[in-house]
Amino acid sequence: MRLLKTTKWLAAACIALAGIVTASAQDKGLENPRSTTFHKTLEGKKVVFLPLSMGFDLTEGWAAVMRQQAKRLKYDFEIRDPAWSTDAGTRALQSLISEKPDLIVAHNPDIQSYARLLAQAQAAGIKVVQINLESNTQTDSYVGADWTEIGEQAAQAVVDKCSPGKGASTKVAIDTGVPTAASDVFQLDGIYRVLNQHPDIQVVSQQATEYNPEKARSIMETVLQQHPDLCGAIGIWDNQDTGTASAIQQAGKGDQVFLVTSGGGNKVGCENVEKGLFNLYISYNVPQQGEILNAEIARLLLSDATAGEAKTLYFNPLTQITKANVNQRNCWTLDDLK
Amino acid sequence: MSEAAAQGNQARLSSLLNSQEGIVLVLAVLAFVLFSLLLPSFFSPGNILALIRSVSILGILALGMALVVIARGIDVSMIATMVVSVSWAFVIARSGYSLEFALLVGALFAVSAGMLIGVLIAFGEVAPIFATLAAGSVIYGLGRTFFFTLEMQNVPPGAGWFSLIGQGRILGVPVTVVIFAMLCLALHLVLSRTWFGWQTYAMGNNPGAARITGISNRPMIVAQYAISALIAYGAGLVLASSASAINARLFNSTMIYDILLVVVLGGIGLNGGHGKVRNVILGTIFVGILLNGMTIMNIAYTIQNLVKGVVLLLAIVIDSLVNPRDEQTSQQGDL
Repeated sequence: MRLLKTTKWLAAACIALAGIVTASAQDKGLENPRSTTFHKTLEGKKVVFLPLSMGFDLTEGWAAVMRQQAKRLKYDFEIRDPAWSTDAGTRALQSLISEKPDLIVAHNPDIQSYARLLAQAQAAGIKVVQINLESNTQTDSYVGADWTEIGEQAAQAVVDKCSPGKGASTKVAIDTGVPTAASDVFQLDGIYRVLNQHPDIQVVSQQATEYNPEKARSIMETVLQQHPDLCGAIGIWDNQDTGTASAIQQAGKGDQVFLVTSGGGNKVGCENVEKGLFNLYISYNVPQQGEILNAEIARLLLSDATAGEAKTLYFNPLTQITKANVNQRNCWTLDDLK
Repeated sequence: MSEAAAQGNQARLSSLLNSQEGIVLVLAVLAFVLFSLLLPSFFSPGNILALIRSVSILGILALGMALVVIARGIDVSMIATMVVSVSWAFVIARSGYSLEFALLVGALFAVSAGMLIGVLIAFGEVAPIFATLAAGSVIYGLGRTFFFTLEMQNVPPGAGWFSLIGQGRILGVPVTVVIFAMLCLALHLVLSRTWFGWQTYAMGNNPGAARITGISNRPMIVAQYAISALIAYGAGLVLASSASAINARLFNSTMIYDILLVVVLGGIGLNGGHGKVRNVILGTIFVGILLNGMTIMNIAYTIQNLVKGVVLLLAIVIDSLVNPRDEQTSQQGDL
């Protein structure tokens, strides 16, 4: 009888205790096993960024955004800077293949140079994301601009201004960068897709500037001497096209020549739109690319798939910036991202 | 009498065709006539000004290089000095100092870099090609690490006068061309009328003999590299002003070879001791005619590079035929 009573008490106590424990667990919330795995999986992983070169708006922007996430999720983030040398980049990639980081973010100098090495890296089990400049090899992921689309948009804008009867003439000049880069080959394809539908538009000059503003300036100066009635110009990158724009301004043809360029949406480019140097600026929005890149890095590091198993890509949206919409939302400075 | 005159003319012609300068002059005239006939608006005052202007910066840099080459040196660090000193000046100006002060700091940096290189060559007795090659990387590395993060530096706002250097005109002639012309005149006077100039030629001809005759080679070398660095800085300012920006990436470009192309093409032998400012002008204008003509003809980038490369190769071959290497002129680290 006494034993029964004790057992009853004990049972009651147990229930009470269980209740208290449950109550206290409810007060402190529930552990989310997915959060734990998320952080645990990412912690200590190693991500390496192989840019064309550090020191310009695009790569500094992406690196700043990527570094922030690496710090938040406690994985290792390293930069191997080949300083514009394709050779040094190739060597860096070769040594990375033997170092075996978990993921490489590669920025291709042209569509060919890294193509085989990127495939080798994936074969060695390293996941590869390409950023903004593709190579011929499709890897786990590509994040960046669709250069064909940029070319189409730029050509369309010029066609709108320079169709017969609309501008000073139907003459258009194209300033390219380096003929083998993805930004050149795919963009030119986009440009000519549109221009071929408008045979009355004449391309009077197509010259490479090697991304050098002074060279862009002297090319545009010569072109304007030959074709004083030039109506439109398409530049391939805002950094070089400050030179193109200054040749147009110096010839006093700022109102006549419609200049389209593209870039990452850096404040400096935006300032040039405000000053009327660029008439249309197609931005591929570096901070946004950085965020998408971060999502892709996390997704790939969490995924159980082996490197190269599932290939995907995302062409991020483009923003057409004109004098009318130069604003905080569309333009950024490096300090904003840090 | 007339026979003698004819003979004299013939001798002059054959000596002209036997010198590299003469050959390049003939080629330049040929190219000029050909382009004028074939390309519709090549021979227009506007285009000719554009042509000279587009190579003026190259010409200014080539003047600095010529001075060093005449003294039997070579300065392949010019582009590094140029981009780093100008970019740094712009960064200082953007951080709140006046542009004038910033430009002064840039100039001081350029001169001290040049002097250090000179000291390395004169007192360290390092071959100029190696000293300047290494110094170029050091200067660029210093710049990228400590002075500026972004390679592309726009001209700081609020200095109207600065844009006049590259964009203004005096009596219709671009200021860039005027600066090139003035520097040509200045260097010509220095080389032909001053003690410094004569000694430079003496050093280039035979450094050993120059030293024995009492020329203090070492301070001369330091001064020469300081001047070439300062000229590089000046060229950088003109460049930045005309394109509204300077891109430090020029360091990685082939610009330094273009400068050498101008110098060698003009007929200044790489083994030193001879060459005049008119050689630089000739080289500059020939390169200008080539580049301008090819741009007008809308020739593809790779073919343009091919043409430039072949021309440089030919010029070097002619240089070594016209100025053959011998015991007297060969030197360590010779290009």
